[in-house]
Amino acid sequence: MSTIVAPAPWVVGPATRTDFVRYQGASGDMNPIHHDEEYARASGFPTPFAVGMWQAGLLGTYATDWLGAENVRNFRIRFLEQVWPGDVLTCTAEVVREHSAEGERRVDVELTCTRQTGGKAVTVWATFVVPAATPVAGEGS
Amino acid sequence: MANHNAVGTTGEPFRMDLERGKIREFATATGSTNPEYLDPDHPVVPPTFLTTTFFWQTGNSNPWEAVELDQKRGLHAEQEYTFFGPPPRAGTRLTGTSRISEIYTKQGRRGGEMTFVVQLTDFHDETGRLVAQAKMTGVETARPPAEET
Repeated sequence: MSTIVAPAPWVVGPATRTDFVRYQGASGDMNPIHHDEEYARASGFPTPFAVGMWQAGLLGTYATDWLGAENVRNFRIRFLEQVWPGDVLTCTAEVVREHSAEGERRVDVELTCTRQTGGKAVTVWATFVVPAATPVAGEGS
Repeated sequence: MANHNAVGTTGEPFRMDLERGKIREFATATGSTNPEYLDPDHPVVPPTFLTTTFFWQTGNSNPWEAVELDQKRGLHAEQEYTFFGPPPRAGTRLTGTSRISEIYTKQGRRGGEMTFVVQLTDFHDETGRLVAQAKMTGVETARPPAEET
């Protein structure tokens, strides 16, 4: 039985080229395939598509809103499907297990960013320290 | 084709200053309005912030070139960040060191050999403590990647 409750889904979008460009500027990854229409088409893609790390960053935002910015200890991202302009993304979370490590109470979670097609864009497996304010079942009142 | 002899190639150490404004910019670009990133004088970095090594890791500090992956067939497969304690904060000067740790091949689901390359980057603070590690896994497919859907 888990004592930590996953948050409601977070819906982002429709994704725009502006979202992609702002992320590129912030991250420093200026690969033109993510903002230059002609370059993207010449590379065999219908339009520019998002940097995978943008949607991974959305899952980081979703998870740290839930469990706290200071509490992240591990964040492993697997890139699955590309994200295109107009996509509506839904971030969801599941608690995998709670455990102790290095003297800290920790929780492993699985985070998913899903496109409106049902296709998974990114999956993240993350470990957080359990926030101090999180009640534990059977403790206190 | 990836150059398998690149395993063990290590970049020169590079400096990376963690800055409040940059953290704010990155948090905003990833849809965050979390006051933990926006309010303090010395906020911690977001989980994926260390990707901004793009601004710091140049020239001989980046060993990735040694792999000689074909960028047209290259994809980012996985990316992992491990923090040894709370994430580092604005005001910290990190020293990063990257190395190519592993290159291996697998058969792809739709035929063709895929080559995976793993690069590890260690981040130490001013006291010499290891505060974070980034693990990037790149893949070179047998054919240029196409839209999956």
